[in-house]
Formats: sequence, structure tokens, C-alpha cells
Amino acid sequence: MADSLVIAGRTFASRLIVGTGKYPSHAIMRAAHEASGAEMVTVAVRRVDISRKTESLLDYIDTAKIFLLPNTAACYTAEDAIRTARLGRDAGMSNWVKLEVIGDEQTLFPDNEGLLEATRVLVKEGFVVLPYTSDDPVMCRKLAEAGAAAVMPLGAPIGSGLGIQNPNNIRIIREQAKVPVIVDAGVGTASDAAVAMELGADGVLMNTAIAGATDPVMMARAMRLAVEAGRLAYLAGRIARKSYATASSPLHGVVGS
Amino acid sequence: MTIKLNGDPHEIPQPLSVSALLDTLAIDARRVAVELNLAVVKKAAYDTSVITDGDEVEIVNFVGGG
Repeated sequence: MADSLVIAGRTFASRLIVGTGKYPSHAIMRAAHEASGAEMVTVAVRRVDISRKTESLLDYIDTAKIFLLPNTAACYTAEDAIRTARLGRDAGMSNWVKLEVIGDEQTLFPDNEGLLEATRVLVKEGFVVLPYTSDDPVMCRKLAEAGAAAVMPLGAPIGSGLGIQNPNNIRIIREQAKVPVIVDAGVGTASDAAVAMELGADGVLMNTAIAGATDPVMMARAMRLAVEAGRLAYLAGRIARKSYATASSPLHGVVGS
Repeated sequence: MTIKLNGDPHEIPQPLSVSALLDTLAIDARRVAVELNLAVVKKAAYDTSVITDGDEVEIVNFVGGG
């Protein structure tokens, strides 16, 4: 049976979600998307530059194969996030949103109070809401109860590459959540993505770890493999941790015994 | 007459539909979303929604992001 990620009734064969920001070029982004195997990518909603013609991002995304997830990045109030979500819905023709309400400029940590408020409003308007939140099991539960289609706790600050800072919380969030858990932000390298998946995350969302790598296309492939490896390890059921050794070879029949 | 377009003053000769404004700016209507005085204008209403003096218009599209 295929092990797919299902969010709000939509099925994704890949558990890796990637961004579209900060790549050296649109062409490299497209190649990285291909190498990542991702079927969903995040995009930001911004004012059109009236003064000059710019290349459209959408010329480099095959929307027949890749689902667009508009975000509300850089919104600091529920009101601005709701407004941006509505614009994103109209620009993209889907009712999905990666909901961000940022609470602090330096850490880009979420303002969970505003996030919960915006989630309630957008769910009522028929949006499929995927909120970027703290690695806080109680907050994740409240968001799910408010109708979020998934919860997206951070592994570490956005773009920090620090890896999963609070693995135990991610594990608890997964154990308690009744919706998919996507670890969003903080991944620096492939092992971080594998750790997130081994903890039971249903998916991982990342941008900078791929876009900022020296070779983004190679890193995209590494992330694809890491997410698959981590998922398999989680499903396979790892051995218990023990303080002392247990021999792997037979103890009897040793020569000279 | 002057409207506020993406935060900046912008002159239009007479009231314009959203479609006409996008045409004058050479913007592909399929790839943007438009807000008129804080409310999203649905694509089906681009021909009938009229922008006039003092209106605030936001035209957005998708850019790279995480």
C-alpha cells in the first residue's frame, strides 16, 4: 500500500514540501524542485512591480504536477494574514494557505494568539489552513480544534539551519495531534529532515536548507532521500536505547573456549 | 484623477474597470489578484468593477517564498 501524505482529502506521494524563495535562479529552483520530488511548494503573495517587467515565478513551476501553497509570510497581525490569504486564494485558485502570523522580527517566531484568531476566521471562510506555529503541543491542539487541516510546528527558527531543537515536543505533538504534523522551518541538512520524520512527523517543509546550499539541486535530492529514509525508519520501528552492549554474534562456539 | 496603486499615487485619465487598468499596465489578469478598497475583486468582476478617483488598489502576484 502506498504510504501517502493526505491533507484535507488531498493525497501527496511525497512528504517533502519545499519553498520557492532565495534560489540563485528560477532555473535552479525548477531543477531543485524536480530533484526533491516535492508535489507541493510554498509561494509568497507580494505587490506586482508596476515599474518594471519581471519574470513570473509561475513560468518555472509546472502547476500540473506541483500544488501551490500560498503563504502569509511577513504578516504581523491576524488582519493582515487574513487579507493576504484572501488575495492568495484569488491569485492561485485554491483555498489552501500556509498561515503565518509573525510575532517577532528577529526570531520570526509565530504570534500564536493572532494565529489562532486568523485560523478561526479563515476556516469559517472555507480555507484549508496549515498554520506555522511553535513546537508547543497545547498550541497545536488548539489549532487543530479550531479547524486547521494540519499543524506545522517549527523545528528551529526560520532559515536558521539549527535542526530539530525540541525533538521531544515534536514527538508529543505527533502522538496527540489528530491532524497531520508538518515540521516547518529549522532544517539545515539531510539528517535534520530524517530526524523530523523519525520522530513521526507526517512531512517536512523547508526552503533555505535547499535554496541556500552550495548545490541546491544536490541538496534537494539529499532531502528527498532523507525524508524517505526517516519515514521508513519511523514505520520500521527502531530498537530501544540501552546503556550497555548486546552482542550481535553468537556467544557460544567461540574458538578456544 | 489619482488613485493609490500598490501604495503609490497613480494617475488615471477617467474611471477604469479593473480589466482596463490591468491592460494599461500590461499585466496578465490570470496571474494576479486585485484588491479594491480592501476587498478582493473576483476575476469574474474585473470588467464590471470600476476604479475611480481616490480608490486604493492593490495588485499582487506570487513570488518566491518559504
